[in-house]
Amino acid sequence: MKFDTVITGGGLAGLIAGISLQKEGRSTAIVSSGQNALHFFSGTFESMKESPARLQEILSEAGIRANYADGVRLMPMGTFRESALSLEDISLFEKPAFARKALIVNFMGYHDFFFSFIADGLQKEGIEARVRFLRLPEMEHLRQSPSEMRSVQIARIMDRIWEKVVQEIRLLLKDDDAVILPQVFGLQDISVPGRIREALPAKVVFVGTLPPSVPGLRTQMQLRRRYETLGGTFLMGDEVKSAHIHEGVVHSVVTQNLGNHYLEADSFILATGSFFSKGLISTPESVYEPIIGLDVNASDDRNTWYNPDFAGKQPYMDFGLVTDDDLHPFKDGEPIKNMYAIGSVLGNTRPELGTGAGAAIRSAFKAVDSILSKA
Amino acid sequence: MKIQEKTVSPHNFEECMKCTICTAYCPVLQANPLYPGPKQAGPDGERLRLKDPYFFTNSLKYCMNCKRCEVSCPSGVHVADLIQAARIKYDKSAPKLRDRILASTDFMGTLARPFAPIVNGVTSLGITKTVLDATLKIDHNRTFPKYSAHGFEGWLRRHSKEQAAFPEQVAYYHGCYVNYNFPQLGKDLVKVLNALGVGVQLLDGEKCCGIAMITNGMSESARKNANHNIAVLEKAVDSGLNIIATSSTCTLTIREEYPELLGADNSKVKDSLLLATRYIFEKLEKGAQLKFRSDFHIKVAYHTPCHMEKLGWGVFSEKLLRMIPGVEFTLLDSNCCGIAGTYGFKKENYLVSQAVGAPLFEQIKTVNPDVVACDCETCKWQIEMSAGYKVMHPVSILAQALDI
Repeated sequence: MKFDTVITGGGLAGLIAGISLQKEGRSTAIVSSGQNALHFFSGTFESMKESPARLQEILSEAGIRANYADGVRLMPMGTFRESALSLEDISLFEKPAFARKALIVNFMGYHDFFFSFIADGLQKEGIEARVRFLRLPEMEHLRQSPSEMRSVQIARIMDRIWEKVVQEIRLLLKDDDAVILPQVFGLQDISVPGRIREALPAKVVFVGTLPPSVPGLRTQMQLRRRYETLGGTFLMGDEVKSAHIHEGVVHSVVTQNLGNHYLEADSFILATGSFFSKGLISTPESVYEPIIGLDVNASDDRNTWYNPDFAGKQPYMDFGLVTDDDLHPFKDGEPIKNMYAIGSVLGNTRPELGTGAGAAIRSAFKAVDSILSKA
Repeated sequence: MKIQEKTVSPHNFEECMKCTICTAYCPVLQANPLYPGPKQAGPDGERLRLKDPYFFTNSLKYCMNCKRCEVSCPSGVHVADLIQAARIKYDKSAPKLRDRILASTDFMGTLARPFAPIVNGVTSLGITKTVLDATLKIDHNRTFPKYSAHGFEGWLRRHSKEQAAFPEQVAYYHGCYVNYNFPQLGKDLVKVLNALGVGVQLLDGEKCCGIAMITNGMSESARKNANHNIAVLEKAVDSGLNIIATSSTCTLTIREEYPELLGADNSKVKDSLLLATRYIFEKLEKGAQLKFRSDFHIKVAYHTPCHMEKLGWGVFSEKLLRMIPGVEFTLLDSNCCGIAGTYGFKKENYLVSQAVGAPLFEQIKTVNPDVVACDCETCKWQIEMSAGYKVMHPVSILAQALDI
């Protein structure tokens, strides 16, 4: 099968690149081996200090509601972090002391939401905080299998009964001027978080849970739907195994599912992610890129990969593909002229600081511009 | 350290990072609280079962084997295979009569076909459905697939001479559905392949692929069918034939489930077994031509069956349909229809089955196509019954659009 561009990796970077190219009339395919880091998305495009019009256009055309404002947001562990471009689910404040009294509401039996840490964090900022639990008959069946009482399972129920939850919260409210809720609203119906805010006489703040991220899952579905509506071919659950390269030019890639039916293209984008997504593989001896064996900037001495301070900056998170200024990766010291590496496979991201989204978007645009400039 | 690195766990279960993404994509978990979910039933449970078979639970039977957990897994764990393999290994209870009947598609087809008009009449009666519901726990809301009085195999045998005259030849694994229930799909395939200059032959005595036996606790019978089919397919491959199938589930079963779940070695035939849509697409890509009617106009919504999703070949059906002039094409969202073969026929699964399919039925009604296209026979029964839209195989749509 022949396309203008074949993209390996269906996460944020791959989808932004695919949508951008389809919008310019290019034919593309995305090969996605399993789901991706969008399922751990905080809702904020961290490190996007700027907000390019082309990104806002892509988001709004996909039906994704995002706000751009400088501010701080409340993190899942009760700390605050500077943020800017965010999904509408996220509340941004001018300063951490954003309220006087906060009511933190959790669901009985739900362990993936850290209400005590959040209460502690708020109290440090001088905000009074109390925690209350909701027990709803509609959710009782989830408690039968506590290991499956997860964000997405709750969110599916909330799409149906969020108005009832609002009623229950109204009964709990006293003179609180803020309500803190886990991010389990608006999985299918994107308008729900906004409608909850309108329905309650206090500032409503949705705070992240353990994965999967509900806003992240929804964003993934919206971007994929947009990509397919634009005519893109999304090969879900397939995996690129190798590439045919001749004199520094990739001609086609081989996938697990398609076998001897190769995907041919003029240009190729590698958006395979970092260690978790297997864009990079680490063994006791080395760190390598598994599809082509591209050059990686990892040191050979395993003892230098780690920082003994677990919470400190870990050198292995800097590992990524060696590229030139146009994001062409290298194989045995030679650039691959029609391939571009984007997103976390480039390394230098700090998942604990959430810098992946910004890097994914910026590198995707850079690769797209380079591809489009070559007629 | 080198040894540790090269250790491969069965069905990749040690690769599980506990990210829980699979649970977000499991259609059963959304509808049935009795099911522990793919992570718990699969890799988490496997760890415990390896310690002590005591930890095996019968609730694993609620898994529909749709494979969506595997398609979504970022770590390459064969979650559904783990669950089905555990059922084969630990569930020693004899399958119920009902499950035997539902799983024995070949046997039932052979019995029912000679009396097709009577059988079809009887199974569509309300009283029959009530009796089957009460005695066998086959849900009374189900519409039964009709049996065809004349099988596909007999029809193709009668046309074998003219088929042999084509310069190129393929063997067709038609499966139970085409032979017993819907020979027209097989005839449509023959029409399209003939238009490409390809003649169609039968295999030397194919049997049911066995997927319904695997999911109904009859793995021994399934293994026998697997070994028989592999031998038959090898014979065709040895004589230089490609093998074409129209059912996405039969194809997935022979390609993936035979080695993964039944330990049957299909390595000699795996690459020669192609879905018809892939085979036709590749022919056209290499320059073959089809002539289409100019007066053909149809609004098609394509549903990717779960097993097609797992095969990763839905793209061929999609591209073929888009290629037909006069087709207005919509790709439906990736959702399970809920039937999962024999699963949705069982009384205890009926409501779950309908709840799982609801988002798909809703979307079909919104798109309001002339016809839903789909490569799976059981999806067809479910969508026709529950959404009320006609469902056609992409090959049948192609056959209708041809100008011959």
